[in-house]
Amino acid sequence: MGSGHAHRLYRHGHSPVHALPPHCKLAAVLCFVVVVVSTPREAVWAFALYALLIAAVAAVARIPPGFLLKRLAIEVPFVAFAVLMPFVVPGEQAELLGVPVSVPGLWGAWNVLAKGTLGVAASVILASTTELRALLLGLQRLKLPPLLVQIAAFMIRYGDVVTDELRRMSVARRSRGFEARGVRHWGVLARTAGALFIRSYERGERVHLAMVSRGYTGTMPVTDEVTASRAQWAHAAALPALALVVCLLGWTL
Amino acid sequence: MHVPDGFINAPVSAVAGVVAAGAVAVSLRGARRELGGASRPGGPGSGGERTAPLAGLVAAFIFAVQMLNFPVAAGTSGHLLGGALAAILVGPCTGVLCITVVLLMQGILFADGGLTALGVNITVMGVVTTVVAYALFRGLTRVLPRTRRSTTAAAFVAALVSVPAAAVAFTLIYAIGGTTDVPIGKVLTAMAGVHVLIGIGEAAITALTVGAVIAVRPDLVYGARGSATPLKLRVDGELVDAPASPAPSPAPAATRSARTVWATGLAAALVLAGVVSFYASANPDGLEKVAADKGIDEKVQEHDAAGSPLADYGVKDISDARLSGGLAGVIGVGATVVVGSGVFWAVRRRRTPQEPASRTTGSV
Repeated sequence: MGSGHAHRLYRHGHSPVHALPPHCKLAAVLCFVVVVVSTPREAVWAFALYALLIAAVAAVARIPPGFLLKRLAIEVPFVAFAVLMPFVVPGEQAELLGVPVSVPGLWGAWNVLAKGTLGVAASVILASTTELRALLLGLQRLKLPPLLVQIAAFMIRYGDVVTDELRRMSVARRSRGFEARGVRHWGVLARTAGALFIRSYERGERVHLAMVSRGYTGTMPVTDEVTASRAQWAHAAALPALALVVCLLGWTL
Repeated sequence: MHVPDGFINAPVSAVAGVVAAGAVAVSLRGARRELGGASRPGGPGSGGERTAPLAGLVAAFIFAVQMLNFPVAAGTSGHLLGGALAAILVGPCTGVLCITVVLLMQGILFADGGLTALGVNITVMGVVTTVVAYALFRGLTRVLPRTRRSTTAAAFVAALVSVPAAAVAFTLIYAIGGTTDVPIGKVLTAMAGVHVLIGIGEAAITALTVGAVIAVRPDLVYGARGSATPLKLRVDGELVDAPASPAPSPAPAATRSARTVWATGLAAALVLAGVVSFYASANPDGLEKVAADKGIDEKVQEHDAAGSPLADYGVKDISDARLSGGLAGVIGVGATVVVGSGVFWAVRRRRTPQEPASRTTGSV
């Protein structure tokens, strides 16, 4: 980051969603997910409306459906678990395509799948319309402790460096004919991890000294204060507000 | 695997979020001390400005090392979870911070782990793992002889226990606020073999990695700092202590770390007690026994189980009990947090005067 190129999760664009200040988007996504999680699972139609809302936001942000669906794949291990649920939960049994399944299990699977998917989709839209740096600024704006934000910033900034270091070690291992096949090779891999830790820590010390020599005293200067106008807050609040209406309807109906 | 949205209900997620925020607040203060007193005395000021770069790089390391695949057998492989490793290498507070930041970034950027479940994830994977691992590690290194091998063995045991401990914590959270009703026994037996293996794998990798670091830079291993032997000089064929400061330095380091252990252990106990009481108050009959039989004795849960259902507290029969017990539970946990942070404050206050002295204990 920092050097002009964006991370691979970010999708460059100029839509209204891209233009919103990061802290508004963060707050909106968080509120939306909270509302979704507190919706009763029996209100199936409410989740359909949530999905429509998310789709609308994605459309406004000009995120192609394929991109969104591909990123939803992060959920897959979890879906596998949800699929198992109707078969392991005891309770009232029902026939589905000739297979006995439990009704509470089906409800549980539905609940977890629907809420989990909506949460992931909201996060994906956030990450693909907000630059990393902006996200960190937004977190800072939302009064996350500055030290925590700084640690996150350093992690993001050097994440690729450290990962590349790991990759170079892997190349070095393989070019010497090493291939990890089983438990017997853990020692070598663990030494890699140990070496990586020492390198990361020493890099941290060098970074710290370099920063101190440039006048760093423990706080980062804020060069571009992100601010949000009332209209921008209102735009960002549209998603959670609509979701809240749906949620309240779900509770009352 | 991380807990996604909708797995734990909203009130319990909020309580877990408060617990996580308290732990992070304590860690933010503690991390300055841990990293400020690291290998070289920092630049100007109290050393607090070392925290961000070092913790950031360690977080990047944790993030990267989770991508290092350890082949098990027949095409399967696992990776390090890193909680115990971080606690032993950089200290519990920095460890909590690093894992928290990794989880935060995974949640926001990769949508891995729900945003509302962030508190649960941080509490289970960050706080419980790190604190349990570090408390055990320090306890063992105090008992065992001070050799490299015993440090590695302590790291093994700490990592081995930290994994099921996190799972038990998750089980408790799930028992209070889980939204699905999967029978705990079934899932436990199904997961038992897998998660014992994962726990052993984590322990083996952690021990090997700690051993690898100790072999090269023992001064970087926070957990083994008290065990450094003082520098000796050979003068006229006889070994004599080096004239400079190293001789007195190990003592303050030891007392300081002992206090850290006591404080962290106490905090862990308080948090766990809070969770247990919450759980017990919500489910007055029989369920405690289930937790003892299935959850605690078998010790088979693990991070990966965090994404899995571990409890069968049929929503039907506890829904009203939960409502009544919920408020008491929230108050209990809140009081626990207050007491825990109060203890931390008190300990920290008393320690501050000594800090300048102990800060100079550097690498030997």
